[in-house]
Amino acid sequence: MTIPFYVAPEQLVRDKAEFARKGIARGRSIVGVDYSGGVLLLGENPSTALHKISEVYDRIAFAGVGKYNEFETLRKAGIRQADLMGYLYSRDDVTAMGLATAFAQTLGMIFTRDPKPFEVEVLIAEISEDGDEHRLFRISYDGTLYDERNFVAIGGKAEQLTEALEELWHEGMSLEEAFTAGVESFRRVEGRESEGWEAAVLDDSNGRRAFRRLDVDQFTEV
Amino acid sequence: MGPLPLDVPVPGASFSDLLEIVGASPVFSIPEGATAPSAPEGTTVLALRYPNGVVIAGDRRVTEGNLVAHRRIRKVFPADHYSAIAIAGTAGLAIDMVKLFQVELEHYEKIEGIRLSLEGKASFLARLVRNQLPLAFQGLVVVPLFAGYDERLEFGRVYSFDVVGGRYEEIDFGSTGSGSRLARSYLRTAYEDDLTGDDAARLAVQALVSASQEDTATGGPDLRRGIFPNVVRIDSDGVEELPDNVIAPIAESALETIR
Repeated sequence: MTIPFYVAPEQLVRDKAEFARKGIARGRSIVGVDYSGGVLLLGENPSTALHKISEVYDRIAFAGVGKYNEFETLRKAGIRQADLMGYLYSRDDVTAMGLATAFAQTLGMIFTRDPKPFEVEVLIAEISEDGDEHRLFRISYDGTLYDERNFVAIGGKAEQLTEALEELWHEGMSLEEAFTAGVESFRRVEGRESEGWEAAVLDDSNGRRAFRRLDVDQFTEV
Repeated sequence: MGPLPLDVPVPGASFSDLLEIVGASPVFSIPEGATAPSAPEGTTVLALRYPNGVVIAGDRRVTEGNLVAHRRIRKVFPADHYSAIAIAGTAGLAIDMVKLFQVELEHYEKIEGIRLSLEGKASFLARLVRNQLPLAFQGLVVVPLFAGYDERLEFGRVYSFDVVGGRYEEIDFGSTGSGSRLARSYLRTAYEDDLTGDDAARLAVQALVSASQEDTATGGPDLRRGIFPNVVRIDSDGVEELPDNVIAPIAESALETIR
């Protein structure tokens, strides 16, 4: 009979965290930027078919970085959860806070229970009914939930992007300004031109379903 | 909110399948030989095509036997950006079917990142009707009418259904509900191939007014209470609900000219 090796829990958690961080660092980052009237989600994505940013509910959007199949699983589960809640109760009962908690719980459970943690970071954005109040939640691979203000970044370069955005962001930006700030933050951090952007907004002017994908060419020309 | 339903073995992007799996879809077990309680019934709805799109409309009355149960119910609903659904039959069940249908279309669109084809939406609706079949034997019948703009083929289409979930595409117009025959015979003489969107909306209201003159279950425009038919127009720009201030003058002139 073989006796399994004893691994201290501290070691186990450290190893898993390092593994997850490495996986996330391989992918590209995404930023969320507040502007007057909405939230912009922007990331480098050369593919026009595989999306990292998606609509979840009327006023809630999702963005994921890391391993595609893993955050895609989470995205779909989030949509299922949101649509179930909204159908069984009321559309008003679906909130980013509730969803972010559910994502956090799920990722936390996977991190402790499964041999391999998810190599993902997730961003949940929401705009309030009147469009004035914006919420940005960031959930890391181990289920830690962060409530962010004004701007947020997820992915391997999150820290540098946040630093760049701290300088670039200011109150009352227009969508164009927010887009420019987002692009500039990537340029500073990556030190090169992007191969393609994926961008979407939650904007008050879009009616009940506030989510809309942006035609990036239109913006980059300006 | 608990953890996400990560392990739910949903085969595809269907919301109603998900409901079933989590045990939230209604289960009917009706005892043998039971008779259904009388439930309010929605009446006349119709849809007609015109070259650039389609108009779908309905009266506002719900009846219970020979009584008016509700005067200002809504029977025509936008289903998504390019389609709308109208309902006739047991109102409570029908309105729930509409809600499920709307969520289903949006759910599919979000999960798959692309809208269902119009044909796909109609097929799914037929499935919802067929699921109600056990209730239909109890006299609780729901028959929808579906209209939309086909984004791929670029024209408006109308689908009518029967009680067992049969789906029939109409080439010019379709209707369902108690006054549907009267509305159809009006349309049969008034319909033309080169209608504009405004013409189609006017024709829809006139047909409803016409039906309301013979069928007591169909509610005509109620000028005193300000109740007018619901009319939804769908073309390449998407779905648009026509507001009362547009419908009111059409309804008034239809009432004036009718004999």
